Parts: sequence; structure tokens; C-alpha cells
Amino acid sequence: MAGSNPNAKPMNLTLKVWRQRNRNTEGRIVDYQVKDISPDMSFLEMLDVLNEDLLRQGEEPVAFDHDCREGICGSCNLFINGRAHGPEAGTTTCQLHMRKFSDGDTITIEPWRSAAFPVNKDLSVDRSAFDRIIQAGGYISINTGGTPDANEIPIPKDIADRAFEAATCIACGACVASCKNSSAMLFVSAKVSQLALLPQGHVERKTRVENMVAQMDKEGFGACSNIGSCAAECPVGISLENIAIMNREYINAKATSNNLA
Amino acid sequence: MILDSKIPEGPLAEKWDKHKFNVKLVNPANKRKYDVIIVGTGLAGASAAASLAELGYNVKAFTYHDSPRRAHSIAAQGGINAAKNYQNDGDSVYRLFYDTIKGGDYRAREANVYRLAQVSVNIIDQCVAQGVPFAREYGGLLANRSFGGAQVSRTFYARGQTGQQLLLGAYSALSRQVAYGKVKLYTRSEMLDLVVVDGQARGIITRNLITGEIEQHAAHAVVLATGGYGNVFYLSTNAKYCNATAAWRAHKKGAFFANPCFTQIHPTCIPVSGDYQSKLTLMSESLRNDGRVWVPASKETAERLRKGEIRVSDIKEEDRDYFLERKYPAFGNLVPRDVASRNAKQMCDEGRGVGGSGLAVFLDFADVIKRNGAEWVSQKYGNLFDMYAKITGENPYEQPMRIYPAVHYTMGGLWVDYNLQTTIPGLYATGECNFSDHGANRLGASALMQGLADGYFVIPYTIGDYLAQTPPKPVTTEHPAFKEAEAGVRARVEKLMSINGTRTPAEFHKALGHIMWEYCGMARNAEGLRHAKTEIQKLRREFWSDLKLTGTDQEMNQMLENAGRVADFLELGELMIDDAYNRNESCGGHFREEYQTPEGEALRDDENFTYVAAWQFNGENQPEILNKEELRFENVKLTQRSYK
Amino acid sequence: MSWITKTFSSSIGRKFIMAVTGLFLCSFLVVHLLINLQMLRHDGGASFNFWAEFMGTNPVIRAMEVVLMLGLLAHIYQGLALAVKNKKARGGQAYVVNHSEQNSQWASRNMALLGTLLLIFLIVHLMNFWIRSRFDAMGGLAEVRVPNLDHPVGDLYSVAAASFKIPWYVALYALSQIALGYHLWHGFRSGFQTLGLNHRKYTPAIYLTGYGFSVIVSALFAIIPLVMFFSEAYQPRPATGNTVEQSLTTEPALR
Repeated sequence: MAGSNPNAKPMNLTLKVWRQRNRNTEGRIVDYQVKDISPDMSFLEMLDVLNEDLLRQGEEPVAFDHDCREGICGSCNLFINGRAHGPEAGTTTCQLHMRKFSDGDTITIEPWRSAAFPVNKDLSVDRSAFDRIIQAGGYISINTGGTPDANEIPIPKDIADRAFEAATCIACGACVASCKNSSAMLFVSAKVSQLALLPQGHVERKTRVENMVAQMDKEGFGACSNIGSCAAECPVGISLENIAIMNREYINAKATSNNLA
Repeated sequence: MILDSKIPEGPLAEKWDKHKFNVKLVNPANKRKYDVIIVGTGLAGASAAASLAELGYNVKAFTYHDSPRRAHSIAAQGGINAAKNYQNDGDSVYRLFYDTIKGGDYRAREANVYRLAQVSVNIIDQCVAQGVPFAREYGGLLANRSFGGAQVSRTFYARGQTGQQLLLGAYSALSRQVAYGKVKLYTRSEMLDLVVVDGQARGIITRNLITGEIEQHAAHAVVLATGGYGNVFYLSTNAKYCNATAAWRAHKKGAFFANPCFTQIHPTCIPVSGDYQSKLTLMSESLRNDGRVWVPASKETAERLRKGEIRVSDIKEEDRDYFLERKYPAFGNLVPRDVASRNAKQMCDEGRGVGGSGLAVFLDFADVIKRNGAEWVSQKYGNLFDMYAKITGENPYEQPMRIYPAVHYTMGGLWVDYNLQTTIPGLYATGECNFSDHGANRLGASALMQGLADGYFVIPYTIGDYLAQTPPKPVTTEHPAFKEAEAGVRARVEKLMSINGTRTPAEFHKALGHIMWEYCGMARNAEGLRHAKTEIQKLRREFWSDLKLTGTDQEMNQMLENAGRVADFLELGELMIDDAYNRNESCGGHFREEYQTPEGEALRDDENFTYVAAWQFNGENQPEILNKEELRFENVKLTQRSYK
Repeated sequence: MSWITKTFSSSIGRKFIMAVTGLFLCSFLVVHLLINLQMLRHDGGASFNFWAEFMGTNPVIRAMEVVLMLGLLAHIYQGLALAVKNKKARGGQAYVVNHSEQNSQWASRNMALLGTLLLIFLIVHLMNFWIRSRFDAMGGLAEVRVPNLDHPVGDLYSVAAASFKIPWYVALYALSQIALGYHLWHGFRSGFQTLGLNHRKYTPAIYLTGYGFSVIVSALFAIIPLVMFFSEAYQPRPATGNTVEQSLTTEPALR
């Protein structure tokens, strides 16, 4: 139809999908066939087709997280053919389209795997560890009201842009999922460096990085060994530079803060 | 019933200040004795939760997402309006107020809108202090862009991700209060009913979406910040989970539903590509700053283009009809959304649409790319262009985007008074969930403004007025009303699980969406609405006898979740149709074909319809009762909207 | 726990130790390599023996040797601790299909494996050279006289020259340098990143230097045993029991 390649033919695919009842049970890969998949479908629309078929046949549909389907809410999180969010760089699962696959392909679909992300069901995982890390300090401690005029502190455009780029993290967890060490450093550093770059964040920069890193470790994420898979798989292009910024923020904070604990 | 909007006396500009003085305050030491439930953690919910917790109230915040940060506010692209007048181009609180009232086609409350314009300036200050990285000029000061329906540049933005950055600001404020123990966060919890005790909202019933457990929660007041109901149409720019269940359950417990037929069709969305389509993706209105909307001037050219006999580049400049620039020289491509959408539909109805289906018009960037270069365009709109390319497989730098209107926002919602309180005492509605500020059409970049205004700067004052009159005694779930509500929820879930028919929730949802789009979409008429009403009633009966679900309700079951939401859409859809049928005029997003000017513009009937239609639930399968809140315009003169 | 132990047991603290010790070990490699290269001079090992004696007796160097040992041990300990922690963080269930080669370099993902290989090599290497040169009980060295020194020195050169005539030993050395190269390929730039030294102006240069460093250092280390194996010019001195005079200009093959 509109906008599509008129020569693109519908595809038949074999799906190998991870099925797991809940976090306390063992999971396994189950094979499914889907037919007449349009190349213009999104990956999740292809899964919709599978789920509608399963439901009509009286089977249980595959549970997976998704919501906005425009690449910004960070809900979708599928490990497709051995890659976080599938083969296309800079793309969330929901923005991956079936034109990236070919008729007859076998596609393996797994949930994010990490000790800190237990499986809820099938392909849905619990990423609340990310929320707890933000709760540990990913904010500027101001109450509503009583703030100065927005133009009171000029911020160089270059700094504002870099802070913005760090702030575009969607907390999907692809960094953790693709990291051999299951490290959350890219996620944590994006917030730390956004607030460390902006003058508003300077007041709390030491306690913030100390507390957020402590919580990150407590959640059971691994340590960064600068492999770089996180940034390579990040759908919104969060840079490794943020991790370096966090490292120096942390060392500086530990060396100079008044916190003895 | 007479609706008391509780608009304060006095001159427009002084109403809010006076009201803030007149509302009762809760003693600071007593605030910790009050519990407030907030349902929804988008802009309106998260900002309210954080602000109320900062004041000292105990907040319980609920979201069906795994994290508050996933709320669909995050997807707002273009920006947020504020009457800062940083550009020195003639903006003022009054002008923002005026533009919003006019943009809403004179169907919004003056006092609410003026307050919105007043607090808009505080929102920007608040967000900047939170570390929201708005776009800046080289001198380090904040940048602005223009949006539809305004002739000043007052929209603050963070590239194409303004909603994301604002939501993350509110989310961070919320997270801070969670860390302090002032907010208790319930994720993956869906509100399935409201509990009313002695006529006052006192709690909610929720379902844990992971374990399936049904839970009772009590509080002194309940705030619904659960967004809009655009997903009634199945295809919309809303997220897949967006639903009306919380608002609809509250409606059935006594909260009036206002102007349900006021839905906004956004002009610039990526067109539908097939039956499998699960949602539509918006291309920010900000693109109309630099993109030019056109279709081929003749039907014949359009047809040849659709058939692939000619290419876009073969169409000469004089054979292109830049219809918005032609018809509205003053505003050009930046006319309000309802006007832009209707014109796009008109062009397609005339057979001049493009794309395979003929249901699309061009949004062309060739001129601006020639003028400023592709690099400049990429700086400004890069993420939107990338998104377009990913979805369509086409490169918008080389050929014009194809766009078509799609359901985007619902101006209607729970009726609230000036305090944002619904007709149930103790139940508040904020953000898109209420009906208050946008009339019959919302201007671009005003949804973010309203959500944050309600949450940061209105509800913290007005809810105190109610709580100050409520004894600070602990509330519990002891009252039989809780058991009763829970039993109702259980019965409904069990009923859904036990039908064991043949059709999936999505099939019913698509069928409903089709009816709504066809008969209650961009253009409506009495006959079609009558037809749609019987169709929906039939569909609803089929739903309750032929629904298919599998699995159990004691575990994560996404199809069950969806079925409950579709069931409510099937009821709300009918009310929308009733409301559209009742409103014998055209205004804003509500276009009745019977009521139009000779030029095809919306024709209002101010004499008979300058009112808010607030619908009152009157029992299952009974017609709802229409209550009217007359709108009084003391400061602006009602005129035919003109953007020419 | 005090703030110090807390800092260095945190994930970033551990990585900080890895980076500091790792970069320190890199600097040691340079010194080691420069001295090793002396063996290729055609002077019967006089230069080499001179510097070996210097390294073994200079009080500053001896002090640094302690630091080096501690650094090495810290690097090994933290490396193992991180490997265990990271394995645990990954969770019980591995991916059924994982194409990590499409998002990262092999060396980066296998630092623990490479480090373990290097550790095995180091044990063999230290037993053969370092322990023998430092502790007489472990075999000790024959004595030679070299110019500019008024006392006899240990003939470490002969130990090396003898070792590098044994095929499996040469092979072990050369292959171990491949592991070293890969380890440095990732480790050099990684150390800078961990220390927070990432800047759009300098990072490309750091990467380039790191890649160059890893290739050149490991290649030169590997070439030395190969050259000494294949060339007749490098022979161990027969054990005579007497102290032999060495001259910096005497070509041993012409002696």
C-alpha cells in the first residue's frame, strides 16, 4: 500500500519465542509460524498477528511490553536474533520494520536477560531497578514554586545540547541486556552527566553520583569494562562519553565530598 | 442538576489570585494526616503527586506501566506554550488566553483558560530549575518556535522530544518524593473502579497486572490524571495502553462526562499503510513551520501520481496546490489543527489525495532545504525525519512526506469545576482527563502546558480547600462500599474470562474504531450518527456474548487487560455519538456537515450551544442525562473564527 | 566499612584500580621491552646483563619492583573479583542466540580470558627468569664481568639465550604475546575511559595510541625469542665456573 515497496511480497516466517509462565518457573523456546507478514509491518505488529492467531486457536498469547510504538516510551524490549532491539542500529523494537527481514527467515525472540531484570512472563521483564536508581538521586532537589526566572542562568548552547543528548535516554534497558557484564553504567551515567553538565545540577553533584552508583551496585548490575556494546545497541545513541563523565564525577566525589560513609 | 463551576467573582485577571486567598488551607502539621490517591503518572499525575507530597500530604501514585516514565506524555514532540514574551514579539498572558479561547472555538471557560495562561510562565521556570534541557540560543537564553493558531513565537521545546523531557522532569520530582517516603508508588496497577463513601470519593479498586490480585486502596481524596480517550477510534496517535477505563468507571459512579464529542484530529500523521496497522504516528506540528502542505492541482494529475505513472518531481510548481497558503494567507500552513485536518480531508474527498490509497497530502521541505540546507533541517527536525524514514522506508529529505489526519487528543473529559473537582466531592481530574481548558479544539503545545499547570500550580491549592473541610481522621477500607466495589470488579473480570466466544478483544476494538472514524470522525451528520449508535449497541451485545480470552485472571494477561478497556470504550463511544448528535452546530474538532459556511468552514450556533454538555450516567443501558453549563464570555467577543 | 573500602569495593572503584594498575603495568612493559631489546645487540649479552644488574640492584628500581608486584596482584585480584561479580549479574539463563560480535570487539569481551592466559604465562616466565635472578637458591646465575662495572654480574643473558633455543618455550612466548596484544588493544584505551579521560578532542588519539602500543609492544616482545631461536648469533655461554670478561663491542660469534 501507500509508501511501501510495491514489489515487496508478504513473508512467511518461523519464530522461536521464549515462553515462561512467571519468574519462578523455567522457560523454554517455542516455535511458531506466521504467514503473510507485510514488509511494512512493524515488528510488534507482526507479534500482534501471532497473538491474534494464538488467541483464536485457544492458546495463550505471548506477553511482551510495549506502549507508544513510536520509539520514545522505552517499554518495548526484545532481544531479536541475538541483538537488543534487533538488527537495525539506533532503533527500538517498535520502530523495527519487517522490511529488514526476508521471506523464510527464522527469528529468535528472547527477553532481556540480567539478574537485575527478572522475567514477569514470556518476554516481559521487571525493570524497576532503574526507577530505584533514579530515586537514589536522579533529580534536582527543588520543590514546586519559588524558582527563579527561566532565563536567569544562561547556559551555553553547547552544554545545553550535550545535556539534552544525555537526557534522551528512554530507559529501555538495551544497554544492560547487551552488556556481557549486565552493567547499567550507560543508563546511570546518562542521568548523572545530564545533571552534572547543567549548572542547576551542580549543587548536588557529589551526593548524586555517590548515591546513584551505590544503588546501582545494590541492584546487582555488573561493573562496566568499557566493552562498548551498550552504546552500540542504544536505540537513542547515548554516548560512552557519559560513562567517562560519571567515572570522574564519582572519583572526584569520593575524594572530596564530606561524606564519610 | 445545576452545575456550579465555582468561578470566582471579580475581574478576569484577579480571579485566580483572589481565589488562592479565599480557599481554605490545611495546617502544615495536619497535612501528613491526609492521604491522596493519584491515578496516572504522566505530566498531570506525576507533577501533582510530587507537588502534593512536597506539601506534606501522603500520596499513593498508581500507574499501569512498569515505570511512571512510560506515560504517553513522553511522546509529545513539539513543545510547550508559555506567555513569557522572551521574543519581544507582542506576546502576553492576555494574548495566550485569547489565542486559546479563539483556538478552542469559544467553547472553553474564560476563567480557567486565563489561569492557564497566567501559570504558564511558572511552568517554564519550574522545569528549567528541574534541569529540563530546553533548546537554547547561542547566547545561552531559551529558544522559541512558532505553533499553529498563534502569530507569536511562544513555544519552548527540546528538539522533537519536549514531552519526554518535561515528563522526565516531573518523574524526577516524583522519584525524589518516593525516596523520601512521601509517595508510595504502585506500578503495573490498573484502576478498575472508584469507591464512593457517603457521596465522597474515598478510594479505588485496582488490579495488579503481574499477579492479577484485586486490591482496595483508601484515601481522603482521589485525583484522576489518566489521559484521554482517543483510543476509542482504535487507530490514533495515542499509545496502545491509553484507555478511558478509570475516567469511565468514575463517570458511572457519578462524575459527569463533558463534551465527549470534542476530539482532535491532528493533521500531520503518517498515513495508514495496511489493515494490520496498530497505531498511528504523529509528525510534530512544528514541521508546519517549515514544511509546505500541497496536493496536485488537478484530479487527473493526482490519479496518475497514485498509479505511479508520474513521479512527484514531474509535477510542475504551477500544477501544485498549496491549499492552506491559498485559502488562509494570514496563517498559511500554521492554521489550527482542526482547520488543517478538515482541509486535508476535503482535498482527498475531491480526489486529489496522494499515496497508494489517496488518503494523504504532501508535506514538502524542498524549499527550506534549498534555502537553509539539509544540515539545518536535520538539526531542527532530525529525529522526526529519521522516524518517518524508519516507518515508511522513504527518505523525506529527497521526497515530500505524506501525511494524513489522525485522532490525536480529546478535548472532552470528566467535567470539573474551577477547582478541577468533578461532580463527585473529593474526586479531581487533571490534564487531558478533564475537559476544562481547550474548548472544541486544542492549540498545539497546549496539552503539556495544561497538564503541568494542573499538576504543579492548580491542584496543590484547590485540593487543600477540600481537605481542609475533611476531618483528618485516618481512612480505611473498612466501609462496605469497598467490598461492594471489589465484588463488582471481580464479577466483571470473571464475566470477561467466562464468555469463551470466538472474537478477540482487538477485533471488537477495530470494529468500534471503524464505526467511530466513519461516523464520528472528521465530519459527522445526524443520519450517520443515528446509524452508528445502533451499530455500537449491536457490537456491544456481541462483545459480551462472543469475546474470546485464554489463560487466567490470576496472572499477567494482556488480552484480559485489553478486553476490559475495550468494554468501556464500547460504552463511551455511544456517549460520544449522543453528544455529537445533540450538538447541532459545528465548532472546532466537531464538524457537523449540516452546519457549515458557504466556504466550508465550521458554523457555530452561539445562541443555542454556548454551553458545556455534561452527561450524567443514569443506569446501565439507559440514556444519559444531559446537564448544561452555560458558558459566559465577558472578556472576549464571540466571532466567526478566521485565519484568513 | 570506611569510605575508602567502600569506594574501592564499588563497581567504579574496582574499575579505577584496574585502570591505574593496568596503565602502570603498561609503563613497566616499555621498560622491560627496552631492556629485552638489548639482547638483540651482538655483544654477547653484555648490555643486557648490565641493565639486568641495574634493575636488580638500583634501590629506586627495587622499591618500584615492590609497587609493581602489588599492582600486578591488585590487577589480578580485582580482575577476578569483577569477573565473578559480572558473571553473577548476567543471571542464570544465557541468551539462546547472542550476536555480541556485531556490537563489540572480541578483545573487549574477553579480557578475563586473556588475562588468565597472561597469568599462566607470567607464572612460567617469572619462575624461569625473575626468581632465578633474584634468589640464588632457585638455581642462581653464572657470573660475568661487563664494562663500566667494577664487580661481576649475573649472566641472565645466557639463561634467556638457552631458553630461547627450546622450541616449545619459544612458541609459548610468541603466542602469549598475541594474548598480550589483544589485552592491551582493549586495556590501554579502556584505562583512560575508566579514569574519565574521554574528550572528543583527545579520545581518537588515545585510541590510536592504544592500538599502536598494543601491536608494537607485543610484536617486539614476540620477535625477540623468535630471532634468538632462528639466529646462530645468540648462544648461551657454556657453564665454566669462571667469571668471563665481556666487552660491549665483542661480537660473541666472532670471539
